[in-house]
Amino acid sequence: MSFPSRPQGRNSGFIHPLSSEITPRAVYESRRDLLKLVAGGAAGAALASFAGREAFAQATGPHKLALLPGAKSAVPGAQTMEKLTDYKDATSYNNFYEFGTDKGDPVKNAGTLKTRPWTVEVEGLVKKPGKYGIEDLLKLSAQEERIYRLRCVEGWSMVIPWVGYSLAELIKRVEPQGNAKYVEFITLADPKTMPFVGSRVLDWPYTEGLRMDEAMHPLTLLAFGMYGEVLPNQNGAPVRLVVPWKYGFKSAKSIVKIRFVEKEPSTAWNKAAAQEYGFYSNVNPNVDHPRWSQATERRIGDGGGLFAKRNKTLMFNGYEAQVGQLYAGMDLKKNY
Amino acid sequence: MNKLLMHPAAKPVVFLLCLLPFAWLTYGAFTDGLGANPAEFLIRATGDWTLRFICIVLAVTPLRVMTKANALARFRRMLGLFAYFYVVVHLLCYSWFDMGFEWADIAKDIAKRPFILVGFSAFVLLTPLAATSFNRAIKALGAKRWQMLHKAVYLIAGLGLLHFFWMRAGKNNFAEVFVYATIVAVLLGWRVWNSANKRKPKPSAGARDGTEKSLRSSSAG
Repeated sequence: MSFPSRPQGRNSGFIHPLSSEITPRAVYESRRDLLKLVAGGAAGAALASFAGREAFAQATGPHKLALLPGAKSAVPGAQTMEKLTDYKDATSYNNFYEFGTDKGDPVKNAGTLKTRPWTVEVEGLVKKPGKYGIEDLLKLSAQEERIYRLRCVEGWSMVIPWVGYSLAELIKRVEPQGNAKYVEFITLADPKTMPFVGSRVLDWPYTEGLRMDEAMHPLTLLAFGMYGEVLPNQNGAPVRLVVPWKYGFKSAKSIVKIRFVEKEPSTAWNKAAAQEYGFYSNVNPNVDHPRWSQATERRIGDGGGLFAKRNKTLMFNGYEAQVGQLYAGMDLKKNY
Repeated sequence: MNKLLMHPAAKPVVFLLCLLPFAWLTYGAFTDGLGANPAEFLIRATGDWTLRFICIVLAVTPLRVMTKANALARFRRMLGLFAYFYVVVHLLCYSWFDMGFEWADIAKDIAKRPFILVGFSAFVLLTPLAATSFNRAIKALGAKRWQMLHKAVYLIAGLGLLHFFWMRAGKNNFAEVFVYATIVAVLLGWRVWNSANKRKPKPSAGARDGTEKSLRSSSAG
């Protein structure tokens, strides 16, 4: 007995598509963009919601926390179309040393964090210093959804839909003085609710900083939510920073103070290990961490699981077109 | 105690117990049970288990002497080989899940990163110990030379601890490193103290002989 139509001998049972027949990612992504553009512009709201249903469904959390929807952001670079990291992974694999140094610690221990009432103090070289209640901050500008890549200095990455608005919106309101060159972010250090404050791992409170032009860049996000909901405690509730072209630790969590200063502020990780964590900490595949390469990264939950290949890390985490000019003429090996 | 340890089922039971971490990790890997970053989890867990088995195997002799459960000695070789087994799995996980079996990259990584180099050296040095763990090797080497070689386990434990220490150095997070270091230091300290004591001539030598004789008979029974 023989099978009727076997074209090329016994090994042809599996006919693999030619690699040229697989749609390149860029083409497939631009198709989705096109579909959304058409739907949003020409065909009206009904179609738009249809085309956007996938992104919306992806970007929704498990509805455990208060909803915080954001309108799709028009900021260039704010809408990567990569597969989102699962909410579960993004909220259970965190670095938030105030709650423990293991990445599973924050989700276990951050339940004690009290996010109401919450005020953020703006001080230093500004015309309008003051204390801003979280409710006022939430309303200060329209909430936008931004889908950013997040690259950790440890060599893993995620894709997270944040909700918030450009930090520039707040900065404009408080009117920095001409001699304000840097912005310093100081985060909560409450030994009562944060069990690891008091450990000698870092010099508390956790501080971070940006140069003024970095802080004013439209991609720099003051985030209040993720996946369509308010931030979970372990992700930096109630308000954090997201600077997508820098390593994750530059994005201070649970901010209580924003200070405008003239001199480059010292930052928590820079103080702990200056040779490993510089002030800029831009994602840069060409500048290795002293103890490991930064050329590649592991995308958390990309479907390949354990056997997935590591991705190539992109310059400025793929935001070079948007932020490259901020560093024109700088030696990024020196200013790491 | 000795009776229990001499039971014919004792060795298979200990063998299966030693395999439990591996079974648990394998099960987790296939059921999505290793958290958000399974590769990192596997690499760290197998590293942890290597250190644990080194501590366990180093604890056998002090425990045997202190509890007089001489039959514990039967398990030392198996425990040592399990330490080697977990370091091989550790290296395999790193080569596979972190480096995708890109041998050139792995070679570069070992040369470039001191903490990997130290860990790799510990593995290389442990290999002759594992390779000489069968009876004929002991005969071929001679008991003295064999013992000298196997004393290198303390150096290897030190390298393993340095590897772990450097891995954690960037994050200033040394709590676990200190736990393992303390255990190894105590076990090494006991040995130094014990051999110093042995060298001293004991006034009550006769009494000691007596206890040893009674021990021998009890372990035979």
